[in-house]
Amino acid sequence: MSDLTATDTPPKRSFLQSLEVDTRLLGMIGAFALVCIVFNILTDGRFLTPRNVFNLSIQTASVAIMATGMVFVIVTRNIDLSVGAILAVCSATMALTQTRFLPDTLGLGLGHPLIPWVTIAFGIAVGALIGAFNGWLVGYQGIPAFIVTLGGFLVWRNVGWVQTSGQTIGPLDPVFQDFGGINGTLGTQWSWVFAGVAVLTTCWLLWSNRKTKVGHGFPVKPVWAEVSLTVILSGAILAFVATLNAYAVPERAVARDFADYGCATAVGCNPSYGIPVSVLLLIAVAVTLTVVARRTRLGRYIFATGGNPDAAELSGINTRLLTVKVFAIMGVLCAIAAVVASARQTYHTNDIGTLDELRVIAAAVIGGTALSGGVGTIYGAILGALIMQSLQSGMAMVGVDAPYQNIVVGSVLVFAVWVDIQYRKITGAK
Amino acid sequence: MTPLVQMKDVSISFGGVKAVDHVSIDLYPGEVVGLLGHNGAGKSTLIKMLSGAYKMDSGEIWIEGKKAEIHSPRDSRDYNIETIYQTLALADNLDAASNLFLGRELTTKLGFVDDGRMEAETRKIMARLNPNFKKLKEPVSALSGGQRQSVAIARAVYFKAKILIMDEPTAALGVHETKMVADLIQELKKQGLGIFLISHDTREMMELCDRVSVMKNGQVVGTERVEDVTEDDILSMIILGKNPRAAA
Repeated sequence: MSDLTATDTPPKRSFLQSLEVDTRLLGMIGAFALVCIVFNILTDGRFLTPRNVFNLSIQTASVAIMATGMVFVIVTRNIDLSVGAILAVCSATMALTQTRFLPDTLGLGLGHPLIPWVTIAFGIAVGALIGAFNGWLVGYQGIPAFIVTLGGFLVWRNVGWVQTSGQTIGPLDPVFQDFGGINGTLGTQWSWVFAGVAVLTTCWLLWSNRKTKVGHGFPVKPVWAEVSLTVILSGAILAFVATLNAYAVPERAVARDFADYGCATAVGCNPSYGIPVSVLLLIAVAVTLTVVARRTRLGRYIFATGGNPDAAELSGINTRLLTVKVFAIMGVLCAIAAVVASARQTYHTNDIGTLDELRVIAAAVIGGTALSGGVGTIYGAILGALIMQSLQSGMAMVGVDAPYQNIVVGSVLVFAVWVDIQYRKITGAK
Repeated sequence: MTPLVQMKDVSISFGGVKAVDHVSIDLYPGEVVGLLGHNGAGKSTLIKMLSGAYKMDSGEIWIEGKKAEIHSPRDSRDYNIETIYQTLALADNLDAASNLFLGRELTTKLGFVDDGRMEAETRKIMARLNPNFKKLKEPVSALSGGQRQSVAIARAVYFKAKILIMDEPTAALGVHETKMVADLIQELKKQGLGIFLISHDTREMMELCDRVSVMKNGQVVGTERVEDVTEDDILSMIILGKNPRAAA
């Protein structure tokens, strides 16, 4: 078993190779940076203002949360066309729960402190059940996921319609609204605390990862590469938080609600928004799913099944139950996205989440998830969602007409996949 | 001596076609039993019942003198049966360590997958089986046929199989790599493993096996010790479906 390519002396490595960063990830970050810079020039610097960065991040949160789950669905060679509809039915259910069922039927009264939490728990349970049902139809009944979720696309949105009789339901509970709206933010101080914790966690993760490798006697990156990576990541976290902290609350809002911002008087009170709660939710979801993907058996089996379903089955993996789990996770994420989306609107509408299924799939695919299965990353899907939302908002700011916006977004989707295919051909990756 | 494996009067049909028709076969420790026959003779189907990939319609499987219940690949593994499939059954998108431990991952105290420990174990076993194996970080799709084969074999060796099933283990390999597999079979035999070997190469089977069973149309034509028969005898059994020695 001779291997002619293997040599004992490592070849000379470039700066990027030493960092051991995924080149595809760099490509996506580059594309995202390009989009931002171009729109910033076209809008005379309005695109990269703290205010717009803040808006972009809360607009992206809902789709990005679902896109992380779509990665698992697509990696196992399935598809979910019903995520927008599940979002709608979860949103309708939660809107009714918090405005009618809990306050009136159970008699808690509007504004009871339990209402938002019971509502969210119930919504997540509904999402999980619908997702698990989809997964059961796909895994145990053998109906193709495309068909199951195409049916679900029609069914669930209209179940929501029937529930609410097509009415707009609101206003939603004030605490519930904090999960998606502009007022649900951490504020300056807590945002900095969060940034500090995030930077420390990043350093600790990189260091402990290196320690494990050294412990097993595996090759490690040079120290300077490790330090550069730490500096770059920490810098990015701090820059993002600093930008959000630079978005000041408008004077009129301060004059009205200065007590809410911890000030004794409106004079001399200069609060800023800081990190939105919906973005915190997205970060929590992203971290959890990344851990699941990389550090748990469930994640390993998801990727193994996507790579070779027969091999997974022969290795003793219950691929049917796995399908149920993957769709149930997708359902839970649809429910969380429903919290964010309806909270941002402050009420539930019949058309909430319309076309989200396409945005979510596009985000996952632009983020490098292969429809042939087995390949995909959580951070890629979030970057994909960011790129899509930036394009859409940027074009809206420049004043591009709606049809042209869609034409551009559609073309970008196809182009991104084409680039990915070329990249794989050149690097020989699967 | 108690046989490691006894498959007694085993049958399975697929949509009215009797793929395996009342077959009985056994395997002793330290023995290599070859299964020969045309494509569709039922060799792979027979061993897939032992490895838990198919459920038999009737018959019994006895492992080390006790009746065994094998309903899934996991059951089969619990009896220390390991299978190296013709298609290798590797997840191409995962690296060697993930494939070696697929379905039996090593975990940390908190229950997370312990990639470091799995990679270290993989390095150890590969140093023994295939010292040239270096691509531990890459997905197995980037490996050569021989390297992929050594990942599949490492799986069987690492988990201390007592019974090894090899379905066309050398079909995709070059001369040098075929030799390596042959040496490994000899070594495992010495350790007391029982091996079922499936191949089309009659000459190779005469060299590697202690006994050969020839199958045709789902039935066993005959089982002979290799020293008692010539290659021509075997060939005529495969082609004619009759055992010349039984007739004599």
